[in-house]
Amino acid sequence: MEFLISMYNSLPGVAAEGLFYGIFALGVYITYKILDVADLTVDGSIVTGCAVTTVCILYGVNPLVAVFIAFIAGMLAGALTGFFHTVLKIPAILAGILSQFSLYTINMIIMGAQAYLEKDGTNRAPIPMSPTAYASISKFPLIVSSRDKEGAAIVGFIFVVAIIALLYWFFGTEFGCSLRATGANSKMARAQGINTNFATVFGLMFSNGFVALAGGLLAQFTGGSNITFGAGAIVIGLASVVIGEVLHGAIFKKGSNFAVKLAFVVIGSLIYSLIKRVVINIGLDTNFLKLISAVIVAAFLSAPNLKGNKVHKKKKGA
Amino acid sequence: MLELKNICKTFYPGTVNERIALDDVSLTLNDGDFVTIIGGNGAGKSTLLNMVSGTLPVDDGQVIIDGVDITHYPEHKRAKFLGRVFQDPMTGTAASMGIDENLALALRRGKRRGLGWGITKKERASYVEKLSEFGLGLESRITAKVGLLSGGQRQVLTLLMATLKEPKLLLLDEHTAALDPKTAKLVLEATDKIIKESGLTTMMITHNMNDAITYGNRLIMMMDGKIIYDVAGEEKKNLTVPDLLAKFGKGFANDRMMLSGNE
Ligand SMILES: Nc1ncnc2c1ncn2[C@@H]1O[C@H](COP(=O)(O)OP(=O)(O)O)[C@@H](O)[C@H]1O
Ligand SMILES: [Mg+2]
Repeated sequence: MEFLISMYNSLPGVAAEGLFYGIFALGVYITYKILDVADLTVDGSIVTGCAVTTVCILYGVNPLVAVFIAFIAGMLAGALTGFFHTVLKIPAILAGILSQFSLYTINMIIMGAQAYLEKDGTNRAPIPMSPTAYASISKFPLIVSSRDKEGAAIVGFIFVVAIIALLYWFFGTEFGCSLRATGANSKMARAQGINTNFATVFGLMFSNGFVALAGGLLAQFTGGSNITFGAGAIVIGLASVVIGEVLHGAIFKKGSNFAVKLAFVVIGSLIYSLIKRVVINIGLDTNFLKLISAVIVAAFLSAPNLKGNKVHKKKKGA
Repeated sequence: MLELKNICKTFYPGTVNERIALDDVSLTLNDGDFVTIIGGNGAGKSTLLNMVSGTLPVDDGQVIIDGVDITHYPEHKRAKFLGRVFQDPMTGTAASMGIDENLALALRRGKRRGLGWGITKKERASYVEKLSEFGLGLESRITAKVGLLSGGQRQVLTLLMATLKEPKLLLLDEHTAALDPKTAKLVLEATDKIIKESGLTTMMITHNMNDAITYGNRLIMMMDGKIIYDVAGEEKKNLTVPDLLAKFGKGFANDRMMLSGNE
């Protein structure tokens, strides 16, 4: 009973966090499902979004504007991966890892700017670079905050609806279709005159833009930023995408509209947040979450393959 | 129309695996030429087409289309001039996209892709009309994912995509080789019809000597990275498979081409 009450009380927070991570998952969806690239940049760019938003807010920037600046910073992070991948011809996974690695330092420098600012203007201390750097923005005006979880969930919902509408429109345009074609079959795309390098770079930028925007909202929601929270974020994103996909497949047997598919990515993220909250409320150490997440992702990713095997075996036996 | 000047291509130069795929090849196609290309395995046929399409860069030489030197154009930029169908039916289409969406991508070949709609109702109607000409029933499932189609259906679709926006040059690389004989014949006949209707300049690689003789107005044969035979007009019309084998049989002994030529 106590557990149920605590679950009930945590629902608004779960919803808000699930929606913010849903935006992150939509970014992952763009690269993983549409461009067919597993982009590991996101572990870094979500923190970039976080750090940029935090610094902007400390500098007095409007908190809504701050998340759009985070979006642009995320696009730059994506461009870095795109550069590694298309110009330097480094395989996508490695390109993402290199970016993520570079971003760790870059994020620390961005965080350093706030550490500097927090001292008084005359004290020009060198930028402290530390993995434990943490800056609090909870005293500043924010668009979402953990003090008002219901409000945060509503703002998150508005963002999600607006982003799904934007993505639905974008991937229906000629340019958006050229990104889809690049992911579906890059050889064919080039034969049809599509600059697949440009499409890939743009897709990476677009994706990491949303990832950083999600980071910006999460920074405000949690009241600050911290350099290490991005570690393993890709798994959360993938978990949301695959949970959403499996659920979608079970409900819409005949396939559905693209916007519905995107909505299910966010639903996947909400389910993930709920699972996470159950784990916390049961009293398990949240460090178990990483293992649990990995198991969830592995299970959902392998489900279609294992199913396929069964059918195959049956056929052979018959 | 198409001018290839002294094209050279060597794979893995300077290593033990060095392989001269094209050895100083020059070729000029006239407007409306339909050239069939034959030659043994590894003769350099696909490499020749890849030089034209820009899939691979040339080591040396020039590729000129209608007076424009495209030697240094990237593949996607050359696509403006070219329609292509590949050997593998998977290559030419996007499996996870609809039949209509694939065609819409092809219709915009060579155009700037902006923020206008990727496909319109009006063009969908025109695709239905065009597909119905092939009698494969594709017109009734225009929004179906291409991954659900058979190899032959995918090749027909690729062919339509290659010619939807009329290319200056159509490149076919053994595009019926992966199909069963009946489907291959159907696709080949559809190909011939489309080429004749718009008088498309075409290069078609085939492993079937009969087809190479039956179709087109010109035939070239390749061996060891060189064009060793080039006939057109009456002389080509009067060719027979035994003629070709008598002339060049040694060149592809044990080759699958011999078998398909004798069938
Ligand atoms: N991408 C490539 N990398 C390395 N070697 C290649 C490549 N493409 C073709 N070759 C080699 O070049 C030669 C000509 O090949 P190709 O043009 O495919 O012959 P064909 O199409 O006439 O059978 C062959 O020896 C082949 O192994
Ligand atoms: Mg070949």
